[in-house]
Amino acid sequence: MLPELLFFYFAIAITGLSLLVVTRRNPVHSVLWMLLLFFHIAALYVLLNAELMAAVQVIVYAGAILVLFLFVVLLLDLKKEVEDEPYVDGWPVGIALALALFLSIGVTIHALEPAAPGAYTVAKIQSLTHPVAVGEKLYTEFLFPFEVVSMVLLVAVVGAIVLAKRKLKE
Amino acid sequence: MDLELWNLAYSLPELVMTGGSLFLLLLGVFRSGRHTMSVATLLVIGITALSLRNVPEGVTFSGMFVVDGYSNFFKWVFLVSAALTVLVSGRYLESRQENHGEYYALLTSATLGMMVMASAADLISLYVGLELMALSTYVLAGFLRNRTRSNESALKYFLMGSFSSGLLLYAISLMYGFTGKTSLTAIAAAVSDGDLAGNPLVMVALLMFVAAFGFKIAAAPFHMWAPDVYEGAPTPVTAFMSVGPKAAGFAVLARVFTVALEPLQTEWTQLLSVVAVFTMAVGNVIALSQTNIKRMLAYSSIAHAGYALLGVIAGTAEGLSSVMNYMMIYAFMNIGAFSVLILLDRQGTDVEQLEDLKGLSKTKPVLAFLMLIFMFSLTGIPPTAGFIGKFYVFVAALKAGHTGLVIWAVVFSAISAYYYLRVVKLMYMEAPAPEATGPVEVSLSTRLAVTVALAGVLVIGLYPDILLGVSMTARQLF
Repeated sequence: MLPELLFFYFAIAITGLSLLVVTRRNPVHSVLWMLLLFFHIAALYVLLNAELMAAVQVIVYAGAILVLFLFVVLLLDLKKEVEDEPYVDGWPVGIALALALFLSIGVTIHALEPAAPGAYTVAKIQSLTHPVAVGEKLYTEFLFPFEVVSMVLLVAVVGAIVLAKRKLKE
Repeated sequence: MDLELWNLAYSLPELVMTGGSLFLLLLGVFRSGRHTMSVATLLVIGITALSLRNVPEGVTFSGMFVVDGYSNFFKWVFLVSAALTVLVSGRYLESRQENHGEYYALLTSATLGMMVMASAADLISLYVGLELMALSTYVLAGFLRNRTRSNESALKYFLMGSFSSGLLLYAISLMYGFTGKTSLTAIAAAVSDGDLAGNPLVMVALLMFVAAFGFKIAAAPFHMWAPDVYEGAPTPVTAFMSVGPKAAGFAVLARVFTVALEPLQTEWTQLLSVVAVFTMAVGNVIALSQTNIKRMLAYSSIAHAGYALLGVIAGTAEGLSSVMNYMMIYAFMNIGAFSVLILLDRQGTDVEQLEDLKGLSKTKPVLAFLMLIFMFSLTGIPPTAGFIGKFYVFVAALKAGHTGLVIWAVVFSAISAYYYLRVVKLMYMEAPAPEATGPVEVSLSTRLAVTVALAGVLVIGLYPDILLGVSMTARQLF
């Protein structure tokens, strides 16, 4: 019973916090709500017995990425968000679609028949320790996507510089 | 099937492309003149093509990566469209003071992403390939950094693309929840073993797959982003986006549906049929009222996604090979049409209003004639390649028993003749505007691109066996 209660608390809190993140006018507030959001997500990982994921979530997202966000916000001195006319005026349609999606998942989710658990049971992972279990999979079975992700990250860095740097070499 | 842990020989073209992309990134730091960068990029694409010719077929990386005739054919489409895009880009970017080395690195990394998608035998590798392609194209769309419309285009593409990626991930996680697998063949086996065909939540996952891939190929009702993004992006990027990512979208859509979701064929056939008719209707009808050529070609590109979907709906080997042909032909004719627009470029301003083409046959007869051929091909008039593409898609759909769909497709093709031939009418039957008599841009590489596109359209149109032979043998290894 307790895990379910905890799950519902975290799930509801995550939804509420994400709404706060996107609706705050002050970017600093948004970023701080996001910090809280990341901690709640980390807690969900703990509930799923994924301690390594929880640690990574806290260290990488809450620790590194969010601090970077805060730096940018503070450096740019964004007191208020830049206001612009919305490109498309589609709030009613958007809300209707979101509700439709929510309802269709809501009424069908009971039909989920989870697959039989794989080779990595909780006991096995505990005996191997988490980093070993994740590493084993990541560097064998998932080697290829793992390598492609490195290209994705490179493109993200290059893209950010291209779009943001004022003067590029001709 | 050989399931080794990894065998680099299978992924040689991807490795070459990765190395080439990194090399271009470095080269751009030292020398970024348009000639150097274009030649270097073409060289990278050329070496990739050479390695693609001799790549062995099989499965590697623990079943994540598959090389077969199907993936190889699509990789050719990507390489052709990337090469043509490089040819038309240099001059265009330079006249806008935005010729940076990063452009070529991003173009090749987008191509790499598409190649990974075409070879993906697993939902995870499919997703990372898709993200690699998508991230690169978002940046390319916003490459004219000082123009608001280019920024808007990139932002819209990014937001809609992220949303569709989210849907795709949700669908993947649902399928994983049901089957415990991410490999396409393993999912198919688990779905039919577990008798999941009637499960409502599996239907939700299927819907999300349709929506996510629908975004990528710009099929209605997931097409909303396309006109704005295509209009605002730099014209060479528009040419690339309307061909490469679309073909890659078709490659994964057809593979996921005919392999992983094969047990659900009745369901997805119905879903895709609705999407196809709606796409053809939206694309062709809205294109009628456009006054901007880039927007018109965007709606035309939506309509073409509708025609090509017919081949997937057929679900047969013949249908798949007709989609493959269609994508190759579409690459030639669509990039050809955009190249003519780029050649008409007036010192850094896009020629993009239909009005601008008035009387082109008097001022620039050669360009007008080229545009005429590309418009004929997009309409599907013989002896151009466009006819061959449509013909085989329709025949495949007919043989699979989708007569109704083909009738719709033919009706909408007839409607499309109006807006394609209106371009021809403007060029040949109207007097030129007085200010339209500027000199033609002398860009050798853009001319080369148009010539290659023209050759593709005419040669495939007159001797379709060249292409059909390749795709027929290719599809058997699927």
